[in-house]
Amino acid sequence: MLPDILFYLFAIGLLLGAGAVITARNPMYGVLGMIFSFINAAGLFMLFYAEFLSLLIVMIYVGAIAVMFLFVLMTIDIDFVKLREGFAPYLPAGLIVAAALAAELLLAASLGLFTGVGTPIAAAEGAPTNIEQLGAVLFTDYALPFQAAGMVLLTAMVGAIILTHRRRKDVKRQNISMQINRTASDSMALTKPVSGQGATPLYWSPKPVDKVASNDEDDQ
Amino acid sequence: MFATVTLTTVIMFTSLLLVLALVGIVLNRKNVIVILMCLELLLLATNINLVATSHFRADLGGQILTFFILTVAAAELAIGLAIVTLFYRNTGGIEVDKADMMKG
Repeated sequence: MLPDILFYLFAIGLLLGAGAVITARNPMYGVLGMIFSFINAAGLFMLFYAEFLSLLIVMIYVGAIAVMFLFVLMTIDIDFVKLREGFAPYLPAGLIVAAALAAELLLAASLGLFTGVGTPIAAAEGAPTNIEQLGAVLFTDYALPFQAAGMVLLTAMVGAIILTHRRRKDVKRQNISMQINRTASDSMALTKPVSGQGATPLYWSPKPVDKVASNDEDDQ
Repeated sequence: MFATVTLTTVIMFTSLLLVLALVGIVLNRKNVIVILMCLELLLLATNINLVATSHFRADLGGQILTFFILTVAAAELAIGLAIVTLFYRNTGGIEVDKADMMKG
Protein backbone atom coordinates (compact mmCIF):
# COMPACT_ATOMS: atom_id res chain seq x y z
CA MET A 1 0.00 0.00 0.00
CA LEU A 2 2.83 2.39 0.79
CA PRO A 3 4.21 2.31 -2.79
CA ASP A 4 0.79 3.27 -4.09
CA ILE A 5 0.53 6.25 -1.78
CA LEU A 6 4.04 7.31 -2.73
CA PHE A 7 3.20 6.90 -6.40
CA TYR A 8 0.22 9.22 -6.17
CA LEU A 9 2.20 11.73 -4.11
CA PHE A 10 5.03 11.82 -6.63
CA ALA A 11 2.69 11.91 -9.61
CA ILE A 12 0.67 14.80 -8.21
CA GLY A 13 3.88 16.63 -7.30
CA LEU A 14 5.08 16.10 -10.86
CA LEU A 15 1.94 17.63 -12.30
CA LEU A 16 2.06 20.54 -9.84
CA GLY A 17 5.65 21.27 -10.82
CA ALA A 18 4.71 21.20 -14.49
CA GLY A 19 1.86 23.58 -13.77
CA ALA A 20 4.27 25.92 -12.03
CA VAL A 21 6.54 25.84 -15.09
CA ILE A 22 3.85 26.85 -17.54
CA THR A 23 2.17 29.49 -15.39
CA ALA A 24 5.17 31.12 -13.68
CA ARG A 25 5.32 34.88 -14.19
CA ASN A 26 9.07 34.85 -13.76
CA PRO A 27 10.92 32.00 -15.50
CA MET A 28 13.22 31.84 -12.50
CA TYR A 29 10.34 30.34 -10.53
CA GLY A 30 9.57 28.19 -13.55
CA VAL A 31 13.02 26.63 -13.27
CA LEU A 32 12.35 25.89 -9.61
CA GLY A 33 9.09 24.20 -10.59
CA MET A 34 11.00 22.17 -13.16
CA ILE A 35 13.46 21.06 -10.48
CA PHE A 36 10.53 20.01 -8.30
CA SER A 37 9.07 18.03 -11.20
CA PHE A 38 12.32 16.23 -11.86
CA ILE A 39 12.84 15.31 -8.23
CA ASN A 40 9.36 13.82 -8.20
CA ALA A 41 10.16 11.96 -11.40
CA ALA A 42 13.26 10.57 -9.72
CA GLY A 43 11.02 9.32 -6.92
CA LEU A 44 8.77 7.64 -9.47
CA PHE A 45 11.76 5.95 -11.06
CA MET A 46 12.76 4.65 -7.65
CA LEU A 47 9.29 3.16 -7.28
CA PHE A 48 9.78 1.43 -10.63
CA TYR A 49 13.03 -0.13 -9.40
CA ALA A 50 15.09 1.97 -11.84
CA GLU A 51 17.59 3.23 -9.29
CA PHE A 52 20.30 4.10 -11.77
CA LEU A 53 18.05 6.25 -13.93
CA SER A 54 16.55 7.84 -10.85
CA LEU A 55 19.90 9.06 -9.60
CA LEU A 56 20.92 9.96 -13.16
CA ILE A 57 17.85 12.20 -13.44
CA VAL A 58 18.76 13.99 -10.23
CA MET A 59 22.36 14.42 -11.34
CA ILE A 60 21.72 15.52 -14.92
CA TYR A 61 18.55 17.53 -14.60
CA VAL A 62 18.80 19.03 -11.16
CA GLY A 63 22.58 19.24 -11.12
CA ALA A 64 23.36 20.33 -14.65
CA ILE A 65 20.39 21.34 -16.75
CA ALA A 66 18.56 23.39 -14.14
CA VAL A 67 21.79 25.19 -13.31
CA MET A 68 22.30 25.87 -17.01
CA PHE A 69 18.80 27.33 -17.26
CA LEU A 70 19.41 29.51 -14.21
CA PHE A 71 22.75 30.62 -15.63
CA VAL A 72 21.24 31.68 -18.96
CA LEU A 73 18.32 33.39 -17.20
CA MET A 74 20.69 35.37 -15.04
CA THR A 75 22.96 36.24 -17.95
CA ILE A 76 20.29 37.77 -20.13
CA ASP A 77 18.47 40.90 -19.09
CA ILE A 78 14.86 40.68 -20.17
CA ASP A 79 11.57 42.24 -19.23
CA PHE A 80 9.67 39.03 -18.66
CA VAL A 81 6.35 40.81 -18.20
CA LYS A 82 6.45 41.92 -21.83
CA LEU A 83 7.07 38.35 -22.91
CA ARG A 84 3.86 37.29 -21.20
CA GLU A 85 1.73 39.59 -23.34
CA GLY A 86 0.36 36.96 -25.67
CA PHE A 87 -0.71 34.73 -22.81
CA ALA A 88 -4.42 35.45 -22.52
CA PRO A 89 -5.50 35.41 -26.21
CA TYR A 90 -4.14 31.93 -26.71
CA LEU A 91 -5.61 30.57 -23.51
CA PRO A 92 -9.05 29.43 -24.82
CA ALA A 93 -7.70 27.81 -27.96
CA GLY A 94 -4.89 26.17 -26.04
CA LEU A 95 -7.27 24.85 -23.40
CA ILE A 96 -9.65 23.42 -26.02
CA VAL A 97 -6.82 21.63 -27.83
CA ALA A 98 -5.40 20.43 -24.53
CA ALA A 99 -8.75 19.12 -23.33
CA ALA A 100 -9.31 17.27 -26.58
CA LEU A 101 -5.83 15.77 -26.53
CA ALA A 102 -6.09 14.81 -22.87
CA ALA A 103 -9.48 13.19 -23.43
CA GLU A 104 -8.13 11.18 -26.36
CA LEU A 105 -5.03 10.06 -24.51
CA LEU A 106 -6.94 9.13 -21.36
CA LEU A 107 -9.49 7.23 -23.40
CA ALA A 108 -6.76 5.34 -25.23
CA ALA A 109 -5.00 4.56 -21.97
CA SER A 110 -8.18 3.37 -20.28
CA LEU A 111 -8.96 0.84 -23.00
CA GLY A 112 -6.70 -1.56 -21.17
CA LEU A 113 -4.34 -2.16 -24.07
CA PHE A 114 -1.31 -1.38 -21.95
CA THR A 115 -0.98 -4.22 -19.53
CA GLY A 116 1.98 -5.61 -17.71
CA VAL A 117 3.15 -9.15 -18.20
CA GLY A 118 5.61 -11.25 -16.28
CA THR A 119 7.21 -10.49 -12.95
CA PRO A 120 8.23 -6.86 -12.59
CA ILE A 121 11.95 -6.24 -12.71
CA ALA A 122 13.93 -6.59 -9.49
CA ALA A 123 10.96 -7.97 -7.61
CA ALA A 124 12.41 -11.47 -7.73
CA GLU A 125 14.49 -12.63 -4.80
CA GLY A 126 18.25 -12.56 -5.26
CA ALA A 127 18.05 -10.78 -8.60
CA PRO A 128 21.07 -8.66 -9.60
CA THR A 129 20.75 -4.97 -8.90
CA ASN A 130 19.45 -2.57 -11.46
CA ILE A 131 22.90 -1.13 -12.16
CA GLU A 132 24.37 -4.59 -12.73
CA GLN A 133 21.58 -5.50 -15.10
CA LEU A 134 21.89 -2.23 -17.04
CA GLY A 135 25.66 -2.50 -17.23
CA ALA A 136 25.49 -6.06 -18.50
CA VAL A 137 23.24 -4.97 -21.36
CA LEU A 138 24.59 -1.50 -22.05
CA PHE A 139 28.20 -2.48 -22.67
CA THR A 140 27.45 -5.58 -24.76
CA ASP A 141 24.25 -5.42 -26.76
CA TYR A 142 24.12 -1.64 -26.87
CA ALA A 143 27.84 -0.91 -27.07
CA LEU A 144 27.60 0.82 -30.43
CA PRO A 145 24.66 3.09 -29.53
CA PHE A 146 26.49 3.87 -26.30
CA GLN A 147 29.50 5.14 -28.22
CA ALA A 148 27.23 6.99 -30.62
CA ALA A 149 25.69 8.73 -27.59
CA GLY A 150 29.18 9.84 -26.65
CA MET A 151 29.65 11.28 -30.12
CA VAL A 152 26.34 13.12 -29.82
CA LEU A 153 27.49 14.70 -26.58
CA LEU A 154 30.85 15.65 -28.09
CA THR A 155 29.14 17.25 -31.08
CA ALA A 156 26.81 19.17 -28.79
CA MET A 157 29.73 20.39 -26.71
CA VAL A 158 31.73 21.56 -29.72
CA GLY A 159 28.64 23.16 -31.22
CA ALA A 160 27.75 25.05 -28.07
CA ILE A 161 31.30 26.34 -27.68
CA ILE A 162 31.56 27.44 -31.30
CA LEU A 163 28.16 29.14 -31.18
CA THR A 164 28.86 31.21 -28.11
CA HIS A 165 32.60 31.81 -28.34
CA ARG A 166 33.65 35.25 -29.46
CA ARG A 167 36.57 37.59 -29.26
CA ARG A 168 35.68 41.08 -28.22
CA LYS A 169 37.26 43.78 -30.36
CA ASP A 170 37.15 46.49 -27.72
CA VAL A 171 39.28 44.75 -25.15
CA LYS A 172 43.04 45.24 -24.95
CA ARG A 173 44.93 42.05 -24.49
CA GLN A 174 48.53 40.91 -24.54
CA ASN A 175 50.23 40.09 -27.80
CA ILE A 176 52.71 37.59 -26.57
CA SER A 177 54.78 37.17 -29.74
CA MET A 178 55.29 40.92 -29.92
CA GLN A 179 56.39 40.95 -26.31
CA ILE A 180 58.89 38.19 -26.86
CA ASN A 181 60.27 39.76 -30.05
CA ARG A 182 60.99 43.09 -28.38
CA THR A 183 64.67 43.89 -28.09
CA ALA A 184 66.47 46.55 -26.13
CA SER A 185 67.35 48.49 -29.26
CA ASP A 186 63.67 48.68 -30.22
CA SER A 187 62.50 50.19 -27.03
CA MET A 188 65.32 51.96 -25.19
CA ALA A 189 67.59 54.86 -25.86
CA LEU A 190 70.67 55.78 -23.81
CA THR A 191 71.53 59.39 -23.35
CA LYS A 192 74.23 61.08 -21.37
CA PRO A 193 72.89 64.34 -19.99
CA VAL A 194 75.58 66.81 -18.99
CA SER A 195 75.27 68.00 -15.45
CA GLY A 196 73.29 71.24 -15.16
CA GLN A 197 71.92 71.17 -18.75
CA GLY A 198 69.21 68.49 -18.59
CA ALA A 199 68.65 65.75 -21.13
CA THR A 200 69.01 66.55 -24.79
CA PRO A 201 65.77 66.08 -26.74
CA LEU A 202 65.46 62.59 -28.06
CA TYR A 203 66.12 62.20 -31.74
CA TRP A 204 65.10 58.60 -31.39
CA SER A 205 61.60 57.24 -31.04
CA PRO A 206 60.44 53.68 -30.41
CA LYS A 207 59.65 51.55 -33.40
CA PRO A 208 56.02 52.15 -34.42
CA VAL A 209 53.78 49.33 -33.37
CA ASP A 210 52.10 47.56 -36.24
CA LYS A 211 48.44 47.77 -35.31
CA VAL A 212 47.37 45.26 -37.92
CA ALA A 213 49.46 42.50 -36.44
CA SER A 214 47.57 42.44 -33.15
CA ASN A 215 46.60 38.79 -33.23
CA ASP A 216 43.49 39.11 -35.36
CA GLU A 217 43.94 35.90 -37.23
CA ASP A 218 41.64 33.82 -35.04
CA ASP A 219 38.79 36.30 -34.93
CA GLN A 220 35.52 35.07 -36.30
CA MET B 1 5.27 -3.71 -5.09
CA PHE B 2 2.23 -1.75 -6.10
CA ALA B 3 -1.15 -2.93 -4.91
CA THR B 4 -3.48 -0.99 -7.17
CA VAL B 5 -1.24 1.05 -9.46
CA THR B 6 -1.03 -0.47 -12.92
CA LEU B 7 0.60 0.53 -16.17
CA THR B 8 -2.65 2.19 -17.19
CA THR B 9 -2.54 4.49 -14.18
CA VAL B 10 1.02 5.53 -14.97
CA ILE B 11 0.20 6.17 -18.61
CA MET B 12 -2.77 8.32 -17.62
CA PHE B 13 -0.56 10.46 -15.38
CA THR B 14 2.12 10.84 -18.02
CA SER B 15 -0.53 11.74 -20.60
CA LEU B 16 -1.59 14.58 -18.34
CA LEU B 17 2.03 15.68 -17.98
CA LEU B 18 2.48 15.62 -21.75
CA VAL B 19 -0.66 17.68 -22.29
CA LEU B 20 0.46 20.19 -19.65
CA ALA B 21 3.80 20.59 -21.39
CA LEU B 22 2.12 21.08 -24.76
CA VAL B 23 -0.18 23.73 -23.26
CA GLY B 24 2.92 25.40 -21.85
CA ILE B 25 4.45 25.58 -25.31
CA VAL B 26 1.27 27.14 -26.72
CA LEU B 27 0.79 29.62 -23.89
CA ASN B 28 4.37 30.82 -23.54
CA ARG B 29 5.00 31.03 -27.23
CA LYS B 30 7.10 34.19 -26.95
CA ASN B 31 9.59 33.02 -24.37
CA VAL B 32 12.12 30.60 -25.80
CA ILE B 33 13.44 29.57 -22.41
CA VAL B 34 10.04 28.48 -21.12
CA ILE B 35 9.49 26.61 -24.40
CA LEU B 36 12.74 24.74 -23.81
CA MET B 37 11.65 23.89 -20.27
CA CYS B 38 8.35 22.56 -21.60
CA LEU B 39 10.25 20.42 -24.10
CA GLU B 40 12.19 18.94 -21.21
CA LEU B 41 8.91 18.12 -19.49
CA LEU B 42 7.64 16.45 -22.68
CA LEU B 43 10.72 14.27 -22.80
CA LEU B 44 10.31 13.52 -19.11
CA ALA B 45 6.78 12.26 -19.75
CA THR B 46 8.05 9.86 -22.42
CA ASN B 47 10.86 8.77 -20.11
CA ILE B 48 8.48 7.96 -17.29
CA ASN B 49 6.31 6.01 -19.73
CA LEU B 50 9.31 4.00 -20.89
CA VAL B 51 10.56 3.24 -17.41
CA ALA B 52 7.09 2.26 -16.18
CA THR B 53 6.60 -0.04 -19.17
CA SER B 54 10.04 -1.48 -18.57
CA HIS B 55 9.05 -2.20 -14.98
CA PHE B 56 5.63 -3.68 -15.58
CA ARG B 57 6.66 -5.78 -18.56
CA ALA B 58 9.96 -6.95 -17.05
CA ASP B 59 12.02 -5.75 -20.00
CA LEU B 60 15.17 -3.69 -19.58
CA GLY B 61 14.93 -2.15 -23.07
CA GLY B 62 12.84 0.74 -21.85
CA GLN B 63 15.48 1.85 -19.38
CA ILE B 64 18.19 1.64 -22.04
CA LEU B 65 16.09 3.77 -24.37
CA THR B 66 15.52 6.27 -21.55
CA PHE B 67 19.28 6.51 -21.13
CA PHE B 68 19.71 7.49 -24.77
CA ILE B 69 16.80 9.91 -24.63
CA LEU B 70 18.49 11.60 -21.68
CA THR B 71 21.67 11.94 -23.74
CA VAL B 72 19.87 13.48 -26.68
CA ALA B 73 17.86 15.78 -24.40
CA ALA B 74 21.03 17.09 -22.76
CA ALA B 75 22.68 17.68 -26.15
CA GLU B 76 19.59 19.42 -27.50
CA LEU B 77 19.39 21.64 -24.45
CA ALA B 78 23.06 22.63 -24.61
CA ILE B 79 22.70 23.68 -28.24
CA GLY B 80 19.34 25.32 -27.59
CA LEU B 81 20.59 27.47 -24.75
CA ALA B 82 23.69 28.40 -26.76
CA ILE B 83 21.40 29.57 -29.55
CA VAL B 84 19.29 31.52 -27.04
CA THR B 85 22.40 33.28 -25.73
CA LEU B 86 23.51 34.09 -29.27
CA PHE B 87 20.02 35.26 -30.21
CA TYR B 88 19.90 37.56 -27.21
CA ARG B 89 23.30 38.95 -28.07
CA ASN B 90 22.27 39.69 -31.65
CA THR B 91 18.72 40.98 -31.19
CA GLY B 92 18.62 42.14 -27.58
CA GLY B 93 15.67 39.91 -26.74
CA ILE B 94 14.52 36.33 -26.70
CA GLU B 95 11.11 36.80 -28.29
CA VAL B 96 10.36 34.19 -30.89
CA ASP B 97 8.73 36.85 -33.05
CA LYS B 98 12.07 38.54 -33.53
CA ALA B 99 13.47 35.49 -35.30
CA ASP B 100 12.33 36.63 -38.73
CA MET B 101 15.66 37.35 -40.37
CA MET B 102 15.03 34.76 -43.05
CA LYS B 103 11.59 36.23 -43.86
CA GLY B 104 10.03 32.81 -43.82
